[in-house]
Amino acid sequence: MSESALRAEQTHFRADQAHYVADLEETPLATTDQVDESTPPGGLWLEAWRSLRKRPLFIVSSLIILFLIVVALFPNLFASQDPRHCVLQHSLGGSTSGHPFGFDLQGCDIYSRVVHGARASVSVGVLTTTLVVLIGGTIGAVAGFYGGMLDSVLARITDIFFSVPLLLAAITCMQAFPDKTVVVVALVIAAFGWPQVARIMRGSVISVRSAEYVTAATALGASRTKVLLRHVLPNAIPPVIVIATVSLGAFIALEATLSFLGIGLNPATTVSWGGDINTAQNVLRSNPSVLLYPAAALSITVLSFIMLGDAVREALDPKSRKR
Amino acid sequence: MTDIIASTEQAPVDPHAPLLEIIDLDVSFRAANGTETPAVRGANLTVYPGQTVAIVGESGSGKSTTAHAIINLLPGTGKVTGGQILFQGRDLTKLPAKQFEDIRGDAIGLVPQDPMSNLNPVWKIGHQVSEALRANGRAKGAEAKRQAAQLLTEAGLGDAERRLKQYPHEFSGGMRQRTLIAIGLAARPKLLIADEPTSALDVTVQRQILDHLEELTAELGTAVLLITHDLGLAAERAEHLVVMYKGQVVESGPARRILTDPHHPYTRRLVASAPSLVARRSDTAAARAEVVERAEQAADAAVVADGGATPAGGARSTGEDVLAIENLTKVYKIRGAGRNAGEFKAVDDVSFSVRRGTTTAVVGESGSGKSTLAQMVLRLQEPTEGRVLFDGADVTTFDRKAQFKFRRRVQPIFQNPYGSLDPTYSIYRTIEEPLRLHNVGDKRSREATVRDLLDRVSLPASVMRRYPNELSGGQRQRIAIARALALRPEVVVCDEAVSALDVLVQAQILDLLSELQADLGLTYLFITHDLAVVRQIADQVCVMQSGKLVEVADTDTVFESPQQEYTQALLNAIPGATLSTSVVDAGSRPAGE
Repeated sequence: MSESALRAEQTHFRADQAHYVADLEETPLATTDQVDESTPPGGLWLEAWRSLRKRPLFIVSSLIILFLIVVALFPNLFASQDPRHCVLQHSLGGSTSGHPFGFDLQGCDIYSRVVHGARASVSVGVLTTTLVVLIGGTIGAVAGFYGGMLDSVLARITDIFFSVPLLLAAITCMQAFPDKTVVVVALVIAAFGWPQVARIMRGSVISVRSAEYVTAATALGASRTKVLLRHVLPNAIPPVIVIATVSLGAFIALEATLSFLGIGLNPATTVSWGGDINTAQNVLRSNPSVLLYPAAALSITVLSFIMLGDAVREALDPKSRKR
Repeated sequence: MTDIIASTEQAPVDPHAPLLEIIDLDVSFRAANGTETPAVRGANLTVYPGQTVAIVGESGSGKSTTAHAIINLLPGTGKVTGGQILFQGRDLTKLPAKQFEDIRGDAIGLVPQDPMSNLNPVWKIGHQVSEALRANGRAKGAEAKRQAAQLLTEAGLGDAERRLKQYPHEFSGGMRQRTLIAIGLAARPKLLIADEPTSALDVTVQRQILDHLEELTAELGTAVLLITHDLGLAAERAEHLVVMYKGQVVESGPARRILTDPHHPYTRRLVASAPSLVARRSDTAAARAEVVERAEQAADAAVVADGGATPAGGARSTGEDVLAIENLTKVYKIRGAGRNAGEFKAVDDVSFSVRRGTTTAVVGESGSGKSTLAQMVLRLQEPTEGRVLFDGADVTTFDRKAQFKFRRRVQPIFQNPYGSLDPTYSIYRTIEEPLRLHNVGDKRSREATVRDLLDRVSLPASVMRRYPNELSGGQRQRIAIARALALRPEVVVCDEAVSALDVLVQAQILDLLSELQADLGLTYLFITHDLAVVRQIADQVCVMQSGKLVEVADTDTVFESPQQEYTQALLNAIPGATLSTSVVDAGSRPAGE
C-alpha cells in the first residue's frame, strides 16, 4: 500500500471530506473534443475583417479615404472651375457665390485647387507605397528567409539606405530630374523609403520561418520557393500591411514637403497642396485663410491613413481581438 | 534540515478545524461585450492544517482559477461572484485589498507553474528570495540574507551562498523551481498553493522536487493545495482529491477511494485513461500485442498489393526492418569567441532498427537529442556521421528526386498542435496540400480523399471550411494526423505528438494512432519524454541520455527489468509509481457511460 493511502487511513474521519459525487444531472458530460459548430467558419483574414468593420476608427478613416479617392479620380464632379484659370482681379478675394473658399494671390479659385490637388497627393502616396512594399518586401523576405551571407549583404545595404535621411536624399536626387512628374517624385521617395519595410519584412519572415507548419510543409516535399511563397509570406505580411498604410500618409506629407520647397511636383503643370501652401505663406499675415484650406486637406488625408493603419494593426493582432 | 526557521508566532492552529474552507464558490470572467462567462461554479473544498489536497482537472476545468481566487490573484476581468472562501474562519472574499497583502506570502504561499517566467531576470536570486522575507516583515538587511541562504539550502540547493549571487538565467529549470519553492515558503505560510509546480520539468527532476516539497511541508506542518492535471501524481501526493470538470467539482474524496471506486463518469474516464496509471496496468500489453498483429498483416497486404517491389528498386519482404539507423551522429558547432567556441554532440553514435508495422519509442529528457534524431530520420537535418537506411536505401545520399519520393513515404506529426498548421490555410487546403504537391489525382478525387481522411480521424466533413484557430488542440492534432496520412506513408515519425494534449484527448489520439496503425500497417517512430505513454503505444523502446543510446529493448523488458540505472530512474519517476497494482488495476474496469 502506498504511503499516501496509509496516511489517508490514519487520519480520522472528517465529515466534510467524505466521498462526494456530483449530481450527474447538474454536471453533464460533453463529448470529449467536440467541434464547435456554433460560429461561422473564418480564417485569419476573415476574422480580421470581421473585427475591423466594427471599429469606429476604421469606419471613419476608410470613409474619408474612400471620399478622397473619388475626389482624386473625378475632381470635376466636385469643382467645375478650372484650377488654373486665374484672374488677377480676384487676388485674395473673399468667398463669393461659386467660390466658397475665396481666391489666392494669383486670383485662382482655392476650392477648385484644393479639390484638384487631391489627385497628386493620393497618386504619389499610392504609387510610392506600392513601390516601397515591392522593393522592401522582396529584399526583406529574401534576406530573412535564406539567411546566411545573402542576409548579411542585404542587411548592410538596407542599413546604408536607412542611414540616409529621406528628405535630404530626396532633395538631392530631385535636382537630377528636370521633368518633375508624379512618377518621378514617387520613384525618388521609394528609392530611399524602402529600408523600413525591408527591415520589418525581414524580422517578420525570420519569426515565421521557424514555425512548425513551415517544417511540416518541407517534410511534405514542398520546395524552398514554394514554402516561402505559400506559407511564409502570407503569414509574414500583416505587419508590413500596417506599416505600409501608415507610411502612405507619411509619403503624402513628404511629397507636400518637396512641393513646398519648390523641388517637388512642377507647380506649372500639377496642382498640389504642397505647392499651394508654399504660395500661401507669402500672404500668411494678411490673409491666413489662403493657407488654411490646402493645409487642412493635407492634414486630414495624412491623419486618416495613420488612423487606418492603427485600426488595421489592432485587427490583425489576434491578442487584441476578442473571441 | 536541523535549523528550521521558526514558524509564525501567531496563535497555534487547531488541527481539527479546517484551515481553508471553500463554500459554493462562483468565479466569472467578464468578456469585452459585457457577458459573464462562469469559470468556477459552486465549488466546495476543505483543507485541514498540514494536509495535502489536490485539485485534478484538464485545462479549462477551473482548477487554477479556484486556486487564484483564494489569494485574490484572478487574472484580467475575473471576479468572485458568489460563495465564501474561509481561511481560519475569515472570509477572504470580503477582505479589502490592503489586508490581502498580509495574507499573501505570510499566511498563504504560492508556487507558480512556469519556473522560466516567474523569476525576474534582472535581479539576483538572493535579492528575490530576501524580498519575500522583507515584504512579509520577517527579516531585514544582513539577517534577510542569512535566512535567504538558509531557505535555499532547505529547498535543496547546495552552495547557497554562491547561488544567491547568481541570476535566474544561470539556473536550470529544476533549480528555478526550487528557488520558487523557497520563496513560497519564505514567510512560513500555513497553506502553500502549488499550481502545477513541476509540469514544465523533466520527469526525474519532477520527482525529486515533489519528494523534497513533501518532506519540507511535512516538517513545517504546512498544508498544501496541489493543482495538477495528472491523476497519478495527485493520487500519490495527496490524501484528498478534488476532481474538477468544466468549472464544477464532480467528485471529491480520499485519494485511494477515488482511484479504486470512481463514481462520476468523468472521474471514471479520467481514471481509465491517465497514462501514468494505464502504463502500470496488466492488460495494457495485451491490447498492444493485438494492434501489432493486425498492423503486420495490413503491412504484408500492402506489400503484396504493390507487387513486392519498392520504388528504391530492391525487393521488399514483409516483417523486415523498414528503418535502420546506423552510427548516427550530429555535432553542432557552438558559436562564440575563442574559448567559448566548441562542439556539442547532440546525437552520439546511435544505432537501432525499426520493424515494419511496429512502434519504436525514443524516450529521453529534454536535451537528450531525441528530436534531433527525428529530424535526421526525416532528413530535415543532415547528420554529421552515420546513415539512415529506409527500405535499404541510404536517406542521406538521396538526390532531389529520390528525396521527393521519400517524403511521400515518411511523414512527421509534430508536438505543438497550435504551431504545426498554417493559420492562413483552411482545413481542406491543409490536408489537400500534400496531395497537390505530389500531383495525386484531380480536384474531385482529392476532395474525396480529404473527406475520407477526416472520417478516419473522426472529424465531421464540415470542418473542411474551417481554419485551425477555430479548433481545439486535440482536433488540430487530428488534422495534422490526417495531413500526414494523406500520401499513404509507410513510416510516421511522431515527435512528442501527444505531449501537449489533455489527458482524455491524449488517450483518444493514442487510440486513434493505434487504430490507424492496425488498419494501414503503419510503422511509427514515436519520440516522447513520457515513459508512461510508451507502454500504450510502443513495442520497442530506445532510451536516450545526453545524445547517447543507453538502452534498447522491447517494451515489456524495459518496464519489467530495465538494465540501466537511468532507465530505472525514468521508470520510478512516472507519477503514481508507488501506488500498488491492485489500486491501479481497479480503475481499468470498463467505464459505464
